[in-house]
Amino acid sequence: MRIGDAKQSYEADEAIWTSSTQKIWFAALLLTLAVFPFIADAYLLYLGCLVGIAVISTTGLNILTGFTGLISLGQAGFMGVGGYTVAWLSMNTALPFPVTLLLAGLLAAAVGILVGLPSLRVKGLYLAIATLAASVFLHFIFAEWESVTGGMGGLSLEPAHLFGLTFQSDFGMYFIIVPLAVLMVFAAKNVFRTRIGRAFIAIRDRDISAEILGINLLRYKLMSFALSSFYAGVAGGLFAYFYRVVTPESFPLSMSIFYLAAVIVGGMGNLLGGILGAAFMTLIPEVLKLLTAALTPFYPNAPIFMSPMLEIIFGALIVGFLIFEPHGLAEIWHRIRRFFSIWPFRN
Amino acid sequence: MDWLFFGEISLAGLAMGGLYALIGLGFVIIYKATRVINFAIGEIMMFAAYLFLAFAGGMEMSPWVALPLAVLGGSVLGGVIEKVMIRPMLGESSISVVMVTIGIASILVGLVEMVWGADPQLLPGFLPRKPVFIGEMYLAPKIAYGFLIGAAVLIVYLLYFRFSRGGVALRATASDQAAAYSMGINVRRVFNLAWVFGSLAASLAGVLVAATGGLSPQFGAIGLSVLVVVIVGGLDSIVGALIAGVFIGWLETVAGAYLGGEYRMPATFAVLAVILVLRPYGLFGTHEIERV
Repeated sequence: MRIGDAKQSYEADEAIWTSSTQKIWFAALLLTLAVFPFIADAYLLYLGCLVGIAVISTTGLNILTGFTGLISLGQAGFMGVGGYTVAWLSMNTALPFPVTLLLAGLLAAAVGILVGLPSLRVKGLYLAIATLAASVFLHFIFAEWESVTGGMGGLSLEPAHLFGLTFQSDFGMYFIIVPLAVLMVFAAKNVFRTRIGRAFIAIRDRDISAEILGINLLRYKLMSFALSSFYAGVAGGLFAYFYRVVTPESFPLSMSIFYLAAVIVGGMGNLLGGILGAAFMTLIPEVLKLLTAALTPFYPNAPIFMSPMLEIIFGALIVGFLIFEPHGLAEIWHRIRRFFSIWPFRN
Repeated sequence: MDWLFFGEISLAGLAMGGLYALIGLGFVIIYKATRVINFAIGEIMMFAAYLFLAFAGGMEMSPWVALPLAVLGGSVLGGVIEKVMIRPMLGESSISVVMVTIGIASILVGLVEMVWGADPQLLPGFLPRKPVFIGEMYLAPKIAYGFLIGAAVLIVYLLYFRFSRGGVALRATASDQAAAYSMGINVRRVFNLAWVFGSLAASLAGVLVAATGGLSPQFGAIGLSVLVVVIVGGLDSIVGALIAGVFIGWLETVAGAYLGGEYRMPATFAVLAVILVLRPYGLFGTHEIERV
């Protein structure tokens, strides 16, 4: 049992790491992430990159939906804005990837503000439907503005480059995606230690009280939209660099639902939850693929049932978590931690 | 401008709109009674249409036996969904409940694909094939008769909610839950019945729409058009759903015919966006007092 961690100052309470044990574990995690690409095979590396992109996007959506309480069905659209920005820049300019990704994020944030504007008048589910409308329009623009987006055929990209280095393989992309993911999760963590982040939470918990406390609702809601779509834009840009091609079908509505599901399964309003949810939801299809491959020798029809099975599992996870574990994987994680930290006593 | 062509397209659009109105009615019934936005309504329609396919195509029943059975199946599904998955969410935030219905939609798509496969299918024809002319204008018979059946059921629904005991209970629950409860109305039963009746309307429309346009596991995407209908009309307004349904069906068909199929969705969603900014509660919805 861990004892003696009573806090005496506000700073101590707000600290990211409250004990040296946590610091050690975190250092170990960073080390693992750094060593991972050298020991993992190509497939694991590919999965690592996918999880990294999903973590960035899920964290962004978590800021909006989990912390500010504004539900969005437009996440895939914002990612598309980022992806197309990066694709267009890589074809028409020679800018290195940090610049293109930043521009992708900023443009997505601008679109996010535009989409968030109705939040002045509508909220809750109406807002969700406004974001749905936005994603329909964005999809339409991606498909029809052929001179810029290449129409239904989409765009293919040059590999990401910086200082003469090109990042062509998954191995190279891993060293862009994962450090960026760590950085952006950290940035989000710090946002919630400032006035801005606390204002988001206040708006989520009760918007009227938040307004009475002096929070300018429109401003902070738009800020939340901008921040969230910035994350989505960067994730979309990485997505474009990773697959080296973007089409309107790269960012379907089901992708927005996927990220909402990741936030819910992970735990709304919890950054750790966002990470766990993103990893969990990304890896489920892969686990199912492995299972299918294992079953095929005994049951040759197995591959036909894989994609519908995935839909069912996906839906069942959303429903199941919402009914039985509304705080998501993060809560399960905390329960496990609590068990060990107060051992040998019972919870 | 070719007025005959415009008239024919408009007529087809209005008939399609009649079916949208029927689906919208199902949506509004559920929303009015239980305050649940049902994103799974398109998938409930799809499920009923596949049931019809199984009964009429697979088991070779007469379509006029298969149709009621399929619709019954769809409404039982609605009732079961309410009991098993929506009831435990009572009192949770509306976002969570919406996400549950999205999850249900995903489960239904998976189930249907598992049983009937992912390929598009045609329903056995059961509506008369004789072409319909209104004045000079030709109307595809499937659409015309689909509209007639849909309109007849719509009228039955409206009369039922106006005059029957169950309809009064439903309207009472919608306007004040606590008062309805204290007057001895079994609110839980009303919730369940709302889902059953809402799904019934949607299921019938599902079979009729699938009979004209074919059926595939992506069929549920029609739910998005219905979402536009109910938001434009006002989530809790039956009249709104009827008028907006006809209008959106017309707009979608006309935009598709004159501008091309890719303009169908943007056209209706543009109307949706304007309505959301100017009258978020819809054309006929109840004004919400809370304004933040």
